[in-house]
Amino acid sequence: MRRSHEPIAWSLFGAGGMLLAFIGPGLVLATALLPWLAAHDPVATHAAVGALLAHPLGKLLVLACVVLPLFHTLHRIYHSLHDLHLRAPRRLMQLLCYGGATLLSGVTAWWLLLI
Amino acid sequence: MTETVTVRVQRYRPEEDQEPWAQSFEVPYSEDLSILDALNQIKDQQDPTLSHRWSCRMAICGSCGVMINGEPRLACKTFLRDYRGKDALEVRALDNFPIERDLVSDISGFIDHLETVQPWLIRSDEQPVSAGAYRQTPEQMQRYAAFSQCINCGLCYAACPQFGRDPAFLGPAALTLAQRYNLDSRDEGASQRMNWLNAEAGVWSCTFVGYCSQVCPKDVDPAAAINQGKVASDINYAVNLFNILRGKDDA
Ligand code: SF4
Ligand code: FES
Repeated sequence: MRRSHEPIAWSLFGAGGMLLAFIGPGLVLATALLPWLAAHDPVATHAAVGALLAHPLGKLLVLACVVLPLFHTLHRIYHSLHDLHLRAPRRLMQLLCYGGATLLSGVTAWWLLLI
Repeated sequence: MTETVTVRVQRYRPEEDQEPWAQSFEVPYSEDLSILDALNQIKDQQDPTLSHRWSCRMAICGSCGVMINGEPRLACKTFLRDYRGKDALEVRALDNFPIERDLVSDISGFIDHLETVQPWLIRSDEQPVSAGAYRQTPEQMQRYAAFSQCINCGLCYAACPQFGRDPAFLGPAALTLAQRYNLDSRDEGASQRMNWLNAEAGVWSCTFVGYCSQVCPKDVDPAAAINQGKVASDINYAVNLFNILRGKDDA
């Protein structure tokens, strides 16, 4: 029996789900508060966010918060489309979903490195 | 006048029917009449050519699985009273299996899958009979007890959309059985069974629809067993990758 490589996708899916479960509500709250803080004190807010993104651990945190939920979501979409009997070549769907997640993850990492 | 219930029963006699069709029968209503009782009454008193499977009449043998109003159920554990006031009561053969005759399905594919996972205690060295039974604590038994309640009725296969689309998928009950033995402290065969679990047709065809656990008449929760199997397969994948990196062969 040939080993499936699904564990890679499933691990990322699981990690994304776990991350969202633990800090998802915090992320939503922080994102909701940001515009308000920015309007209130633009200079301090900009400095604070800048400091977070300047620190390697901050970059890693933001990267994890973007990449893992991305894989989580696209993995679920990939399988849900299969469950909904979408007629599309399997390889193409894999390329779109997992390729898309990989590409967007790369772009995020690149952007974080540039800051 | 006694109240009667109309039961629409699927008929299919391969020698004369092109395709399955539904035949209506009137059955006298009673509170404690199961669908299986109703089918037996039809066969005994109205049409002796009706074919359906049954044996224990008490949700133990697992042979009376049918679709009742589109839901996979044991005919002996489902009652006419549950459908009182409903527009129709329709009984047909289990979904996702070829029909042999009337309500009788050909479940050989399912049985083959059960055998595939080697559902017995595998030991690297068998202890002689004189040494007595392999012992186990109640806590060790508890780990797999729920998964060992399966009666091989096949309802979870009729419920599973993945098995419906690809009969090669080992499916809920077989994967549960594999997990049941892998969790058994007396068993040493997990590495053999993992080869099947790790495959696409193993745990990885499951998309966690979960309908299998809803229809299971014995609360086995096959969806949970498959998810445990996914975790085990995931770890197995990582260990294998590590071994390859260390120059060992792919397992
Ligand atoms: S897991 Fe439940 S539904 Fe599936 S065969 Fe076993 S008893 Fe039947
Ligand atoms: S007749 Fe045995 S389970 Fe229903």
